[in-house]
Amino acid sequence: MAIEHADVLRAAHLARLGLNSDAEAAGYVDDLTRILEMVDRLQAVDTDGIAPLSHPLDTTQRLRPDEVTETNQRDAFQACAPETADGLYLVPRVVE
Amino acid sequence: MHHMTLTELARGLEAGDFSSRELTTSLLDRIERLDGDINSFVTVTRDQALTAADAADQARAKGESRPLTGLPLAIKDIFCTQGIRTSCGSKMLDNFQAPYNATVVEKLQAAGMISLGKTNMDEFAMGSSNENSFYGPVKNPWDRTAVPGGSSGGSAAAIAAGLAPAALGTDTGGSIRQPAAFCGITGLKPTYGRVSRYGMVAFASSLDQGGPMARSAEDCAHLLGAIAGHDLRDSTSVARVVPDYLAELDAPLDGLKIGLPKEYFGDGLDAEVESAIREAIRVYESLGAKVCEVSLPHTHLAVPAYYVIAPAEASSNLSRYDGVRFGHRCENPVDLEDLYKRSRAEGFGDEVKRRILIGTHTLSEGFFDAYYRKAQQVRRLIRQDFLDAFEEVDVLMGPAAPTPAFDLGAKKDPVSMYLQDIYTIAINLAGIPGISVPAGFAGKRPTEGRPIGLQILGQHFAEGQLLNVAHKFQQATDWHRRHPTDQETT
Repeated sequence: MAIEHADVLRAAHLARLGLNSDAEAAGYVDDLTRILEMVDRLQAVDTDGIAPLSHPLDTTQRLRPDEVTETNQRDAFQACAPETADGLYLVPRVVE
Repeated sequence: MHHMTLTELARGLEAGDFSSRELTTSLLDRIERLDGDINSFVTVTRDQALTAADAADQARAKGESRPLTGLPLAIKDIFCTQGIRTSCGSKMLDNFQAPYNATVVEKLQAAGMISLGKTNMDEFAMGSSNENSFYGPVKNPWDRTAVPGGSSGGSAAAIAAGLAPAALGTDTGGSIRQPAAFCGITGLKPTYGRVSRYGMVAFASSLDQGGPMARSAEDCAHLLGAIAGHDLRDSTSVARVVPDYLAELDAPLDGLKIGLPKEYFGDGLDAEVESAIREAIRVYESLGAKVCEVSLPHTHLAVPAYYVIAPAEASSNLSRYDGVRFGHRCENPVDLEDLYKRSRAEGFGDEVKRRILIGTHTLSEGFFDAYYRKAQQVRRLIRQDFLDAFEEVDVLMGPAAPTPAFDLGAKKDPVSMYLQDIYTIAINLAGIPGISVPAGFAGKRPTEGRPIGLQILGQHFAEGQLLNVAHKFQQATDWHRRHPTDQETT
């Protein structure tokens, strides 16, 4: 399956990844085209009736009781944040 | 003492030949003198290392030492270390100090080990050459014009260069085994779930696994025993007893059934690598093992399946870098979308962006079934290949990589770089353990030659057997005792 310029722009927007120029986007179109050509070998395999494998040990993850076990460490966790005030993360104004 | 194994260093400490402070100081001085050119460390933690070494010496004086007390190692900069930068090789995390320690870091500290610092790596562990680091490429200590492999290239190079006796690495598609092969050291990727991933920066969560890198299988056995085990903080870690890996090391190999996957000896395999691997197999035969050919018929689909699954998981995992809670933030964002987009555009390097884009594309509406679901179905076929092979044989053997270390800058096309992992990637998809051990050299002077790695694969949770099989080879050969000559930085 070919990948178009518009597909790369769409993926970049969905991933909130800024692309600086059309040339940069075009470079990714070339790269992704070659990668997806390699990946397309998968399409020739008959996988009818094969269940997808999402965990290499083919098990589900362990569950635990829904109990609060963490203590509040907000100050420690916010120490590495770019900008905070009064325990809140600061971002540019969203609603004018 | 800078080329001794952990086991030998432990004996030296115990006998009082040197103190942990002397050992640690000597390695820190070597790092300062020799690492400028190799670039294997991103951060050296001299003060913390010396404080820990003194504490280890005091513990020993009081008779409170354990087997690993006072032994130094290096930690791949993907493991969170409280109060010390954890960059993951990325500008995105250049300013990041984790507020907690990874479980394996805690376990090594509890065992009395001393961290010399954090090692260089491909950004977010995405790469096979260590050229994708924000902190610059690592050079192969055997030949400074060659790559050390990746993504755990800094860890492998530091061990080869005599800067650290051991290191922690991580392996998502070969990132422990391939650099171990390229640098002539021993590296083990454990079974998925054997070692806690808590505090290990996530790349592809169904494939990532941390493991030991060292100068011998025996050293890897020591380290795996210290870091393996169930962790309530990682819901994918497996609740299963950790065996005594040292107790199994010396078991005889009489009657061991070795399978050689014919797909691992096909087109594209370098002649010198093949010859070294065949010679290693002959050593095993002389030790009493039986060898036969087996087939892993879906091998050619491993790289394609991986390059759907790993980028898909990465695109999801890396969505956490939003410029809001931690990591890089762009200057003067005009609105929230601009903040996200520019912070991520500035913080991530080219290969990481490429994988985020592939992953986002293949997971998006209209493409999911054709790519992601298909790749997961093929993943089951690949895993079944191994399960079938292990019905017939005990372990599988082959090369860790199709060529010796390639030249820095040689692989500019991403797909040719991806195909470098052709023999390692299926192992992560199947979740089984694998180890790479030194098995010879390719090339002649003016360089010292480039190392070749033999890869040994086992069934899920058969780390003890792999270490045993690797250890017996290392008792019969001395490839793992070779080391490059020092080159002073000019």
